[in-house]
Amino acid sequence: MNATHVMTRRLGLLAAGFAGLLALAACGSGFSGGGSTSAGGATGGSTAGGGSTAAGGGSLDVLIGSSGDAETNAVDDAVAAWSQQSGTQATVRNASNLVQELSQGFASGQPPDLFYASADQFEGYAANGSLFAYGDQLSAVSDFYPSLVSQFTFDGKLYCAPKDFSTLALIINTDDWTAAGLTDADVPTTWDQLATVAKKLTSNGRVGLAFSGEYARIGAFFAEAGGRMISEDGKTAVVASPENVQALTFVKDQINAGSFAFASAVGAGWGGEAFGTHKSSMTIEGNWIAGAMTHDYPDIKYRVVPLPAGPGGKGTLQFTNCWGIPTDSDQHDAAVSLVEFLTSTEQQLKFAQAFGVMPSVQSAAAGFKEQFPQFAAFVDSAGFAQNVVTAQGSSAVISDFNAQLESLASGDPQAILTSVQTNLQAALDQNRK
Amino acid sequence: MNADATPAVRRTRRRRRSVTQHNAAGWAFTLPMVVLVGLFVAVPVLMALWVSFSDWAGRGSPLAPSVQFVGVRNYDQLLLGGGLATSDLGTSLRNNLWYVIFVVPSQTVISLVLAVMVNRRLMRGKAFFRTAYYFPSVTSSVAITVLWLFLFSATGAINKVLGWVGWHGPNWFQDPSGVMHLLLGKLGVHTPPDALAGHGFLGTSWWQWLAGPSVAMTAFILMAVFTTSGTFMLLFLAALQSISQDIDEAAEVDGASPRQRFRLITVPMLRPTVTTVVTLGLIGCWQVFDQIYTGTQGGPGKTTQTPAYLSYDAAFNNQQWGRGAAVAFVLFAIIVVFTLFQRWLQRERPLPRRLRFYPTGVPR
Repeated sequence: MNATHVMTRRLGLLAAGFAGLLALAACGSGFSGGGSTSAGGATGGSTAGGGSTAAGGGSLDVLIGSSGDAETNAVDDAVAAWSQQSGTQATVRNASNLVQELSQGFASGQPPDLFYASADQFEGYAANGSLFAYGDQLSAVSDFYPSLVSQFTFDGKLYCAPKDFSTLALIINTDDWTAAGLTDADVPTTWDQLATVAKKLTSNGRVGLAFSGEYARIGAFFAEAGGRMISEDGKTAVVASPENVQALTFVKDQINAGSFAFASAVGAGWGGEAFGTHKSSMTIEGNWIAGAMTHDYPDIKYRVVPLPAGPGGKGTLQFTNCWGIPTDSDQHDAAVSLVEFLTSTEQQLKFAQAFGVMPSVQSAAAGFKEQFPQFAAFVDSAGFAQNVVTAQGSSAVISDFNAQLESLASGDPQAILTSVQTNLQAALDQNRK
Repeated sequence: MNADATPAVRRTRRRRRSVTQHNAAGWAFTLPMVVLVGLFVAVPVLMALWVSFSDWAGRGSPLAPSVQFVGVRNYDQLLLGGGLATSDLGTSLRNNLWYVIFVVPSQTVISLVLAVMVNRRLMRGKAFFRTAYYFPSVTSSVAITVLWLFLFSATGAINKVLGWVGWHGPNWFQDPSGVMHLLLGKLGVHTPPDALAGHGFLGTSWWQWLAGPSVAMTAFILMAVFTTSGTFMLLFLAALQSISQDIDEAAEVDGASPRQRFRLITVPMLRPTVTTVVTLGLIGCWQVFDQIYTGTQGGPGKTTQTPAYLSYDAAFNNQQWGRGAAVAFVLFAIIVVFTLFQRWLQRERPLPRRLRFYPTGVPR
């Protein structure tokens, strides 16, 4: 009798606790929704000025992980323009830690109505049912690069429209290039030529080619050798292939020869820093390097060329992210219409102008090259770019791979790749269970 | 009041009522705290415990009916699976164990020495030194981490100073090589004996367990000692000031040298404080997270990955919520075990009668 009484009371307390938690969670998202940036407030104001009412019964909450003010303002402007056109209010919030804020949103059942989804996280979100598959509602799916569409296709459905993308290319310091007696004819198109020019450019404490010692750069050499990380059907890890061993051995040999170096080895945080601080004459980076060069290293003159072909032909890696719409949002139609607007050729070219991203639609390629003739190599590389590994559970495998790559100079390429193969296969097997 | 009740019965009733009233008042006063602790500590901990036994994938409430109980699967993969999850846990435990081994003794000794120094009666500028030593403790660990990243960069201040004495400093936060491996390398041992390389624990070979803290982790160890010594100095200082001056003077009259007085009087009387400091130090060291999150994110070569960071990484970045929660509870168990062991080690031991006046042995 007494025991039951105590039990009931405890349960009551627990229930009260949970109720309180839920209330708090609701408060939390309500607060952050209201506390958007001043630019977001202006958006609301302009819509009210237009005298229209929200069609979907409430305002759209857009969460982005912005690279800086330029990007935040550009997205703000674009969303405001859409609001004016459609009559649906929308506010843009910039997350300080996107992954963390999204996790909180999904767990509380009140995620933002539209958000940046990284390719790394995409499969996890799709697999646990968080994402609304809206690919079939888009009017111009065929205009997206097919490789980007495949990146965001899960179980045969396109879940998420590619927002923009980047490819890796070779960045060359033009002053060093001419100082070493090299001409346009010497731009490397094979590994041998790359090794030769890197050796020529290595002098007085400066290394020929420096890049971050991680899969997201070295993977480009795998692609050039004709290798992959995961088989085409996504079921088998093929990391320890002879092609990949050949590629990793090439990188290792060049490092030991002194012509290549990891950025960390020359005291830089990433390839762009090594290149910008003139510790290397070449680097391998994506088009995001343009911002760093303009703002931090304006004195360095450079040009961008596609990565040289390896034994398996041309190859590079590409990175992308997409516009995610959560299942738990009640504004699917409005969000899809906003995605249509944001991924249109015209709007993507505006984004490119504002903060330098590459449009995810093929019809914008010509426009991008016109805007940025110096970055044509990045767009041209899209034709032979390989997606990076983003399978669910692979991010731990990749960080383990990166940890092993740090001691590549003294490591055994075959042993490294074999251990990664085992781990990646284990992650893939677990996803199928 | 009942007319037939005897005075004794009345007294008992009154007492009983007043006890009930006292209880009610007690509960009323503690209720806000009980609710707060329940809401923000007990409920989240219980939910995390449930998540570690479930297949919750991060969507909706972990208590939703769609979330399945999976028994010890998460713990099994973590501790016995033998895959990447196990070796990651082994690596992070290795890193943190070395961190504890270096940080806890040094911070205890240094804070005790600092406290004794700033406690001296005849010292000038006492207030200045007390503030100066305590200052790193009040600064946010994120700010100090950023400072550390600059100080210990390849061309940073530390390496410049080392350069003056002709030592070419390492590229601290980029260097994954273990300190013990480096020392063995100096002795000519570069490759592990098969007994160490071929066997191991938690997917990590004994040779790797013996690697010692990496050069990057060493920078964090120095930082931990730098930032926490001030806090613990304050604890020791409070304890020192509660030791009566008379005892010290009595020992002085008996002819004890300053060193003897410190060893035989001060330190034994600080014993409860030492226990507190070591316990707090142990717990703090096993929970190290901010520095890693801001500074290195587990790199280089995973050598600064700690269980606390691994738990975060598994949950938020890998969306393996069950595994992340399981790591957190493994860490909880480790902290409890270490604390109990440490308390057992420092327990009050009854002395044999003949040694009662000579706690550290009969002087010869």
